[in-house]
Amino acid sequence: MKILVAIKPVPNPDEKVKIRPDGSGIVLDNIKMVINPFCEIAVEEALRIKEKQGGEVVILTVGPKEGEQQVRTALAMGADRAIQVEAEKGLDSLAVAKFLAKVVEQEKPDLVILGKQAVDDDNNQVGQILAALLSWPQATFASKIEFLDGNKKAHVGRETDGGIETIEVPLPCVVTTDLRLNEPRYASLPGIMKAKKKELKVIPSASLGVDAAPKVKVLSLASPKERAGGRKVADVAELVAKLKNEAKVL
Amino acid sequence: MGMTTELTDYMGFQALLTAEEKLVRSTARKFVNEEVLPIIDRHAQTETFPAHLIPMMGDLGFYGPNLPEKYGCAGLSNVAYGLLMYELERGDSALRSFASVQGALVMYPIYTYGSDAQKEHWLPRMAAGKAIGCFGLTEPDFGSNPGGMRTQAVREAGGKWRINGSKMWITNGSIADVAVVWAKTADGIRGFLVEKGAPGFTAPQMKGKWSLRASVTSELIFEDVRVDEETGMLPNARGLKGPLSCLTQARYGIAWGALGAADACYQTALEYALNRIQFDKPIASYQLQQRKLAEMVTEITKGQLLALHLGRLKDQGTCTFDQVSMAKMNNVNIALEVARSARTMLGANGIMGEYPIMRHANNLESVYTYEGTHDMHTLIIGEKVTGISAFR
Ligand SMILES: Cc1cc2nc3c(=O)[nH]c(=O)nc-3n(C[C@H](O)[C@H](O)[C@H](O)COP(=O)(O)OP(=O)(O)OC[C@H]3O[C@@H](n4cnc5c(N)ncnc54)[C@H](O)[C@@H]3O)c2cc1C
Repeated sequence: MKILVAIKPVPNPDEKVKIRPDGSGIVLDNIKMVINPFCEIAVEEALRIKEKQGGEVVILTVGPKEGEQQVRTALAMGADRAIQVEAEKGLDSLAVAKFLAKVVEQEKPDLVILGKQAVDDDNNQVGQILAALLSWPQATFASKIEFLDGNKKAHVGRETDGGIETIEVPLPCVVTTDLRLNEPRYASLPGIMKAKKKELKVIPSASLGVDAAPKVKVLSLASPKERAGGRKVADVAELVAKLKNEAKVL
Repeated sequence: MGMTTELTDYMGFQALLTAEEKLVRSTARKFVNEEVLPIIDRHAQTETFPAHLIPMMGDLGFYGPNLPEKYGCAGLSNVAYGLLMYELERGDSALRSFASVQGALVMYPIYTYGSDAQKEHWLPRMAAGKAIGCFGLTEPDFGSNPGGMRTQAVREAGGKWRINGSKMWITNGSIADVAVVWAKTADGIRGFLVEKGAPGFTAPQMKGKWSLRASVTSELIFEDVRVDEETGMLPNARGLKGPLSCLTQARYGIAWGALGAADACYQTALEYALNRIQFDKPIASYQLQQRKLAEMVTEITKGQLLALHLGRLKDQGTCTFDQVSMAKMNNVNIALEVARSARTMLGANGIMGEYPIMRHANNLESVYTYEGTHDMHTLIIGEKVTGISAFR
């Protein structure tokens, strides 16, 4: 099976980020970028599918040149080759999906798999828009993927609030990954050295004829309120009393 | 316990790294954050080695990663290797020691001095973590002066060697599948490969350390142990140069590794100082504490640039053992000072296992002593600049 995995570089979620003084974005200097954790799960799933049934795993990213580092990480995890659509920072979901759709048309994969959302903006849109642009079926929030009938269709377990919903989609399709689909592997040291020799094709965004003008404008960003310090209680009785009388949640 | 997740980089030394070197560091850092930091204090407290990490580190290619791909290794630059050591020792010196011994003190001599058959037999397994090695040079009566060793190997009829003697302070000794053992022969010092379970060979663990508690340290005892010349002797190592060349490899890694321990201590102290309020202000706002932090970050930064430059020299093939001595001596020394200074900044909390500082400080006492004591490296540098040896 030929699998295209779209990945997005995001600021390391373990680090504290600061908002720029003018509120226009976050300070990215000295912040380490990583593969969006949901996209990393997508890479892992693609690799597992390939390990089971053979095929090819192609990494795709849209964005500035610096993203190459995260693409190399995905190659080091074991993907076969990569495509980078080199575009300016700050594209909105629609523009990204349009670029992805162009590359999907060129590459003709059997499956496109990507994270359900990127942990920087939490938009949760690219997969859905991509499926719409391609007129392909979509299975979002996947926690389990099974292929049937010689890869003609897939059963995808979807994480919903109430539990797992399993749906059937014909291939080719778009799948977005949820947290519990798998645990991504580390890029091994030999993998990192092998990744050096793997193909990374760069496509200038201008060559794809896409209208990438933003439709969404971020007006402002604000930090969550500082949390007040906690308090220690002596015993369960005091805790229950406080939950009843002060927090009024019981 | 808060944890900052990026390494300290005051001078932007990471801009001098290649893409692969950065990736290697990220893998190692992630591994340490996820697999080591959550469990390491418990292992240090109970004096146990986290053995479940051995195969994981093998899968990731952490053993002998600067050796060629042909033997299942990664073929990394020496700088990438150094960054790996930095991150591992940020976790704990025990882990870095394990990887140093496996890669620099066992795989390296087999690769450099072994026969093709020995290389093919041992290197791929050791790279994968399926076989563990140890390096026996030090003896109860010969530490800084290994040339005086008493362990002896005598050639017997039928292509066999008989080994007698004992080694002490041997990292991984009791858990090793193979020991690289240096012994005196009629022909000078030679290296042998003694396998676990060889009749007459025992490796009792030395318990009761206050340092490197998560590392296995052992005695090796040889009572008429017989090994085959073909499989059990390194054909191409002759004289003290053999073991010393291995030590140069390991010391190079230590020069990087010690900085990882120092970084963990510095970052812990910095974060603590920013959050700990005394006299209504964070202790980080007082000049005395700022001075400690400034000194720590300055020494770490100098150490990083020294290690990086040494690594580049090593990659060019021009680095000399006395340059490695300088980096080992300096970086371990400053790491120990950083750890002690960081310890004071945490007050009482500084002695607790909840924070990594006391563990690192105690570990670094061993690192200061093994692989050539601080004093011996001082004298190596002294000999280099004066032309006069002050240690013989
Ligand atoms: C935890 C741990 C793990 C170790 N792992 C290994 C291992 O895996 N394999 C191995 O072979 N060894 C290992 N060692 C041994 C280590 O390499 C030795 O401890 C080290 O070489 C010092 O030897 P020593 O302890 O006998 O000290 P000594 O040589 O007795 O030195 C004692 C003191 O005298 C000083 N001194 C000695 N000679 C001179 C001189 N000429 N001039 C001035 N001062 C001098 C030293 O600097 C030191 O301060 C390990 C040690 C430790 C603590």
